[in-house]
Amino acid sequence: MADQKEKKYLKPLPVIDEETRPWWEALQRHELYVQKCRDCGDLRYHPRAQCTSCLSPRTEWVRCSGRGKVYTFTATYQNQGAGFREALPYIMAWVELDEGVKMLTNLVECRPEEAEIGMPVEVVYEDVTPQVTLAKFRPAR
Amino acid sequence: MSLTRKACVAGVYEHPTRFAPDKSMFQIAAESIRGALHDCGLTIKDVDGLAMAGIGMSGMGILGFCDYMNLNPNYVDSTSIGGSSFVAHTAHAAAAIAAGLCEVCVVAFGSTIASYRGPTGAGGGGGDTCDQFEIPFGPTTVGSYAMVAQRHIHEYGTTPEQLAEVAVTMRLHASMNPVAKYRNPITVEDVLASRVISSPLHLLDCCIISDGGGALVITSAERARNLKKKPVYILGTGEAVRHAARGQRDFLDIAAAQSGKLAFERSGVKHADIDMAMIYDSFTITVVSTLENLGFCKPGEGGAFVSGGRLRFDGEFPINTDGGGLSSNHPMMRGMFLVIEATKQLRGECGPRQVKDCRIALVHGTGGSLGLRHSGATLILSNQ
Ligand SMILES: [Zn+2]
Repeated sequence: MADQKEKKYLKPLPVIDEETRPWWEALQRHELYVQKCRDCGDLRYHPRAQCTSCLSPRTEWVRCSGRGKVYTFTATYQNQGAGFREALPYIMAWVELDEGVKMLTNLVECRPEEAEIGMPVEVVYEDVTPQVTLAKFRPAR
Repeated sequence: MSLTRKACVAGVYEHPTRFAPDKSMFQIAAESIRGALHDCGLTIKDVDGLAMAGIGMSGMGILGFCDYMNLNPNYVDSTSIGGSSFVAHTAHAAAAIAAGLCEVCVVAFGSTIASYRGPTGAGGGGGDTCDQFEIPFGPTTVGSYAMVAQRHIHEYGTTPEQLAEVAVTMRLHASMNPVAKYRNPITVEDVLASRVISSPLHLLDCCIISDGGGALVITSAERARNLKKKPVYILGTGEAVRHAARGQRDFLDIAAAQSGKLAFERSGVKHADIDMAMIYDSFTITVVSTLENLGFCKPGEGGAFVSGGRLRFDGEFPINTDGGGLSSNHPMMRGMFLVIEATKQLRGECGPRQVKDCRIALVHGTGGSLGLRHSGATLILSNQ
């Protein structure tokens, strides 16, 4: 079953490195985190090993509520890339999390004409392969 | 050290091809170099600097071109920051010449992206650690710019009609350029009726895809004075990068704000002094957002600024008189052609599309993806 699912998933998968692995492992548990610098308090998405404001390596993981709003989006009608051509049209968006940082994602369970900047959204976890879960967002319920 | 008037664009050549399935990228670049050297009366023996970037030419591609051309330059620059690369190369060459690192630097480009027929702009990135947070979601080049357009419309009330006016003006200019790929006039209605590629951008809001190439010869002001063509002086330069800024970016603040400010400060030129501009038009939104960020109008006023024929060759603020990437050519990178057309305008060589009394021109290149990460490079050029 797992093998079958892996074969069916055509879109590119993230190439996860040791620096970002904890974040991806949290998604597998259906948990979303952003990072906060223990020294200067700066928030950051996506995760990385040091604070870009003060270069401190002392990092705190902040569990997100999974809620936010659409900062901007686009409904894509043309992409010949494998996996995407089968999914047209799909919505790509920058979502601003309630915690205060923006992340690139897809809006799901939402038709292009329903999408709006400022729209409240909530996270949904898509287990696309046994190793990879993606954080996507749907209109908040 | 001020760079002002230390170096010049002495020779330029735009390869006339828009489709060249029978040629290699290197061949197009080499033919362009021959044309640019011929333009100013120098020979390949005079060349001691080389700057280059291209599709499939990242990393060490410039070594292959030195081999192909049997060149042994004293100065090499393979800065690869997308379509703005050649604008940045021009600035770097000017600095290198002013510092005595070389005397005659050729900036060259050749591309066969259209005849290659593969998918272009489908995203995928360069394999760095940032890509894992983007590629699963289907970013395309158009989609990235479309997200900036959507935000611009939301925040400022910019209309799709205003964006379309940019494409209409570029097509008017292309109709006066014998080598432009698309020369039939279009209307705002045509743009809005064309299919949506990535909302809110329609097909005609997007640059075309062509093969092509070109070359520039940059040399010292002293040497340029004795060459065949009237020298075009480099007055000021700037470059910058914008990206997601750890999730805290304002997407309407683009690299042009930083690179433009530097170029104006370094040249001592005021906005009102600019007679024409070459503004990278990968998409209609690129032009609107760039004009705001360069300070030609206030944030939010870009839509109104591009309306009413202001951008026409005979309007108040002529831009992209060659027809731009929206209509003339776009071999995936077009910074080269921005410098070429600005130089020709400053020399008065543009025939029916010539801007009257053109003395100072601004060139701005954008490279990469506006809604993910991108570069900006600005040049201010003068014929005096
Ligand atoms: Zn810090």
